[in-house]
Amino acid sequence: MGNWSRFNIASIVLGFGFLYLPIVLLVIFSFNESKLVTVWAGFSTKWYTQLWHNQALLDAAWVTIRVALISATCATVLGTLAALALVRYTRFRGRMLFSGMVYAPLVMPEVITGLSLLLLFVAIGLDRGFWTITLAHITFTMCFVAVVVQSRLLSFDQSIEEAALDLGATPVRTFFAITLPVIAPAVFSGWVLAFTLSLDDLVISSFTTGPGATTLPMKIYSQVRLGVTPEINAICTILIGVVAIGVVVASIVTKQREAQRERDERAAFAQS
Amino acid sequence: MTRVASALFSRLVIIIPYAWLLFFFLIPFFIVFRISLSQTAVAMPPYTPVFDLFGGLTGILDKAREFSFDNYVWLTEDVLYFNAYVSSVIIAGVSTVLTLLIAYPVAYGMAKAPKTIRPTLLMLVILPFWTSFLIRVYAWIAILKPEGLLNQFLMSINVIDQPLIILNTNWAIYIGIVYSYLPFMVLPIYSSLEKMDHTLTEAALDLGCTPFTAFWRVTFPLSLAGVVAGCLLVFIPAVGEFVIPDLLGGSETLMIGKTLWNEFNANRDWPVSSAVATILLLILVLPIVYFQNAQAKADGEGR
Repeated sequence: MGNWSRFNIASIVLGFGFLYLPIVLLVIFSFNESKLVTVWAGFSTKWYTQLWHNQALLDAAWVTIRVALISATCATVLGTLAALALVRYTRFRGRMLFSGMVYAPLVMPEVITGLSLLLLFVAIGLDRGFWTITLAHITFTMCFVAVVVQSRLLSFDQSIEEAALDLGATPVRTFFAITLPVIAPAVFSGWVLAFTLSLDDLVISSFTTGPGATTLPMKIYSQVRLGVTPEINAICTILIGVVAIGVVVASIVTKQREAQRERDERAAFAQS
Repeated sequence: MTRVASALFSRLVIIIPYAWLLFFFLIPFFIVFRISLSQTAVAMPPYTPVFDLFGGLTGILDKAREFSFDNYVWLTEDVLYFNAYVSSVIIAGVSTVLTLLIAYPVAYGMAKAPKTIRPTLLMLVILPFWTSFLIRVYAWIAILKPEGLLNQFLMSINVIDQPLIILNTNWAIYIGIVYSYLPFMVLPIYSSLEKMDHTLTEAALDLGCTPFTAFWRVTFPLSLAGVVAGCLLVFIPAVGEFVIPDLLGGSETLMIGKTLWNEFNANRDWPVSSAVATILLLILVLPIVYFQNAQAKADGEGR
């Protein structure tokens, strides 16, 4: 596309600076010697070592990770099914309602989702705690997975699926042998997205939790309300690091799988 | 045999996620509405039940007579709620416009970037979306505080000699919303600009348009679908935003998400918070339906 003008470069640099500067500052000040988070007093990792002695925090982290692992896995299965339903079956009763229910949670204010799920759990008499948070997270993250997988399915060459079916493979076998391997990178990035969304969620968790189940964002939030401390900066830096590594690994894996697939396709064409 | 299995498979693919969303997404809204019609009670759960499912039809009819719109009357009587709704919509609207003004040049620059670096730029826009919302909002507190980094910086280069009071004002909320939702605005605009046929702009320029007219009459209208999608993705969640007004806003900042949270957690008034949520949903129903249609249409085109 045309020429990349100075104005374009400037807007990108400013935009990205705006996006990244606050995070960078937060990370820098997690290594601050001083208790103040705005005055630099020398390099120190003492806030990180302090975290290891904060048992309540470690417990919260463990709860958060377990919720995220379980909910992301369930959400990936449900979200992939939802994406298949939306792309492959263009006509079934209530499809409008179904696609509405897939897209609405993407923009629904979290306070509404949280409150409505809590009232559901109370109405059916479910004990609130670990499992109610997990169910709530499955529900809102599966829609993000569905959207990610759906966009991959839309660019999918359906003729290979049809070929498999014509050659006598059952739909289930076709799905596992053809469809799933092709959409696997999207399913995987859907899982990573669901995992990080669950890891981050504050509002929905706060509504649906019960005694004994405190997640890390809830813990961070209650400390943030008391003021900004380098210790919180340290937890945040660790979380950012975990997520950044996860995303980078995910994108490398996705790229490799795509490259592999392209090589396979070329090889297949060369043979035929 | 194959046909039976095939039918069963396709049924299951649809039924499992459908049933899950019906139960965990749609039905809860009816429960919220139901409870908004009940009375507050000092009990656990803190409301008098509106339906007794085991009372049979007569039981339901008896209960239906006890439906009370008291909570809604209460919401109209206390001007606080009305103001909170209005100011949420205004704050979300202003923030959406600001986000658009910042996001458009970024998306435009990305679409004009050399093809080789576009995936990297895209990745860089998406990456902050993966890091915690709470953390990104928190990061701004240290920057915007009166003795914070922004004021230190501005004072050191002698732009100001008194610290600016930004934290705990509406400006901090605008900054927080623009910052948190920027990727949601950039991505749809970028994808509509990238798909665009650039010979159209060139034709306009050849025919004597100034670059600005060419942009305004050709490029911008063609990117309108992305602009609309981006605005909805920012506006709808921003209206009900809780974390940003709570951490960056002041005590006098009224936003309905915060009101709902306080009503629920501090006052433990479930019926009133349900009524607050019901009205919020009514306000957002039109933009949400519009968003779904736009989304469904975009998928149709992708086919």
